[in-house]
Amino acid sequence: MSKQLPETPMLDQLEGGPWPSFVTGLKRLASSEDKPYAPMMKSLLGQLERSYETRKGYWKGGTVGVVGYGAGIIPRFSELAEEFPESAEFHTFRVMPPSGMHYNTDVLNKLCDIWEKYGSGLIALHGQSGDIMLQGCTTENVQPCFDELNELGFDLGGAGAGVRTSMACVGAARCEQSCYDEAKAQRLIINSFLDEMHRPSLPYKFKFKFSGCANDCVNATHRSDFAVLGTWRDDMQVDQEEVKAYVAKNGRKQMIDQVITMCPTNALSLNDDDTLDVDNRSCVRCMHCINVMTKALKPGKERGITVLVGGKRTLKVGDLMGTVVVPFMKLDTDEDYEKLNDLAHRVMDFFVDNALEHERTGEMIERIGLVNFLEGIGVELDPNMVSHPRTNSYVRTDGWDEEVAKWEARKAAPAKAKAAE
Amino acid sequence: MTEPRRPIESGIPDPFPYMHPLLKQNYGQWKWHDRPRPGVLHHVAYGGDEVWTVKAGTQRQMDVYTVRKLCEIADAFAEGHMRFTTRSNVEFMVSSADKVQPLIDALDSSGFPVGGTGNSVSMISHTQGWLHCDIPATDASGVVKALMDAMYHEFTHEEMPNRVKITTSCCQINCGGQGDIAINIQHTKPPVINHDLVSKVCERPAVVARCPVAAIRPAMVNGKPSLEVDEKKCICCGACYPPCPPMQINDPVHSKLAIWVGGKHSSTRSKPTFHKLVAAGIPNNPPRWPEATEIVLKILHAYKENAKAWERMGEWIERIGWPRFFELTELPFTKFHVDNWRGSRVQLNASAQLHF
Repeated sequence: MSKQLPETPMLDQLEGGPWPSFVTGLKRLASSEDKPYAPMMKSLLGQLERSYETRKGYWKGGTVGVVGYGAGIIPRFSELAEEFPESAEFHTFRVMPPSGMHYNTDVLNKLCDIWEKYGSGLIALHGQSGDIMLQGCTTENVQPCFDELNELGFDLGGAGAGVRTSMACVGAARCEQSCYDEAKAQRLIINSFLDEMHRPSLPYKFKFKFSGCANDCVNATHRSDFAVLGTWRDDMQVDQEEVKAYVAKNGRKQMIDQVITMCPTNALSLNDDDTLDVDNRSCVRCMHCINVMTKALKPGKERGITVLVGGKRTLKVGDLMGTVVVPFMKLDTDEDYEKLNDLAHRVMDFFVDNALEHERTGEMIERIGLVNFLEGIGVELDPNMVSHPRTNSYVRTDGWDEEVAKWEARKAAPAKAKAAE
Repeated sequence: MTEPRRPIESGIPDPFPYMHPLLKQNYGQWKWHDRPRPGVLHHVAYGGDEVWTVKAGTQRQMDVYTVRKLCEIADAFAEGHMRFTTRSNVEFMVSSADKVQPLIDALDSSGFPVGGTGNSVSMISHTQGWLHCDIPATDASGVVKALMDAMYHEFTHEEMPNRVKITTSCCQINCGGQGDIAINIQHTKPPVINHDLVSKVCERPAVVARCPVAAIRPAMVNGKPSLEVDEKKCICCGACYPPCPPMQINDPVHSKLAIWVGGKHSSTRSKPTFHKLVAAGIPNNPPRWPEATEIVLKILHAYKENAKAWERMGEWIERIGWPRFFELTELPFTKFHVDNWRGSRVQLNASAQLHF
């Protein structure tokens, strides 16, 4: 006789209500008597119900992997293995999705076929780092399952002290606000760090994220060591006829309340003829007015990126945001993209050489100071890197004249280059 | 014995073979967009091509039947393609306006809520919890299910001042990230140490180094090398627990929920911000966490009623001031709201600017 579906009175209360229920999904898997995973999922439901009763977790880590890789499988062994033996081993695959998380039904169905053959049938789309998470595999099935996923074109993502799986927003694929080719930058950089991802040996984890503009839809500023955000350097594009149409349709009050006065640097002004005046030198490329007036306004034509370094979550010093390390880098030609990749590698090399064990990039920069970090990666200082200059006098300035000379030389360089043209 | 198969280190797959043909053809060539109704985006390319996107919520932790159902819907109504957002919403693209309603109907009848666009409450970004994490003090999927049931209307309608991004985290590492509202575990008691196991499973110097307040030191306990915690210094953060599971931080009663507000990722209008503590000591109460849900709804409604169009949660509070926030939400303001961590003095009000 097949194993009974366990009693789950607490989890059952998560089947009601309008939002899709993961419990109903778990039960569907557990009731699939013709599938190899039904006993495992009955057992899993039993353990999860126990967690709901006792308010305790029952998973512990361990060592499980695939040949050639030191990361990508998250081992999970149950502390309640005797009571729930079929889900005693319930490992997760972290699998990297295509850039921008695009799928066709063919590849998703094939992914499901493989996962039904070897695993639990439970898939998270997607984890917080952007992985496809296939949750629930026995140790024995990990290698054959990986082999088939790998043959289908998928590769494992990161875990531990290595380069982690990355995310890119939908970007150029379906967004007029995209300021660079997010998928190209993401794949170029991440796919050049696969050794650091698959055989982790960094001081600690390292995350890259790619957003096409300052709206930062993949939360790169907060959530990545190396955040690439799209921006532009020339004037924003304004279609004055569309501006007039917006005012005609929505009224001057809305135009003033929701666009003009919400500009963080007072760079906008409404003209008497209902056209828009933009002070582009004061504009900080925040995207607000462009978000509101999607037909009339758009980013400029000289597009590229800003790079922020050092974002991370709470442990150990508290949450940190990334801060500006490259105010603007043009991203247009293949050469430009190679320059970005080169910067990523210089940052990584410096991190590997200088971070303490279990220290994130942001913590390292806090410890050594931004100036030392910039020197280490060969990036020149820029006033865009600070909210404001220092406010305390506790600093030795006896090298002042040399630093001024450097600044003057840098300022003269582009003028000279221009004169030579 | 045969050679083991070596992995093909292919990295991130090329998205173009999987992308909807209109997105592929117009890659980098989009001109503008609008939102014809909640849950639907309409993008127009320079060349004149148009694409409609229908966005729907999912449970994130999906069974293969759910994924196959999404595939069936995509094949029948959405030209065989889909993509996912960072918040686990699914997006289907179609090439003409008349395909939108049948797609919405198919999603509705299969139980996938259409919404999550613009000024709505999007799906909660969440973690693994009891289902799969090795260090959780609470569940993630269950909390999210209970909250999304309660906020269903706000997902399917665009009635908020601006978008609302909510996150949950099952420990203080905060994998859920920053949010307009964050519902996170906050431990209130130091770890309970199983001294029989410490020397067997923990690398003791690494654990000592992990503590943010240097409260852990090596000690001999009952003749065994172990670790002890200075409970006066301990901030109950749980940082020692992942590297040393015998230092059990999770407690069925004393691991509470805390609610934080005003986190913002974008640089849009204001600079990005971290969320701020507004409520703590909330019971971790499965299966539906009613106490936490009630506070979230109270905050959400105060924001909905009082914020101006385009103001995010944190920007609204910045304008009205914290006294008014605590008044509107009827939440108590305590000594725990005042930060005393390093660098926290900049959080004090050094001005004569006050809200009355």
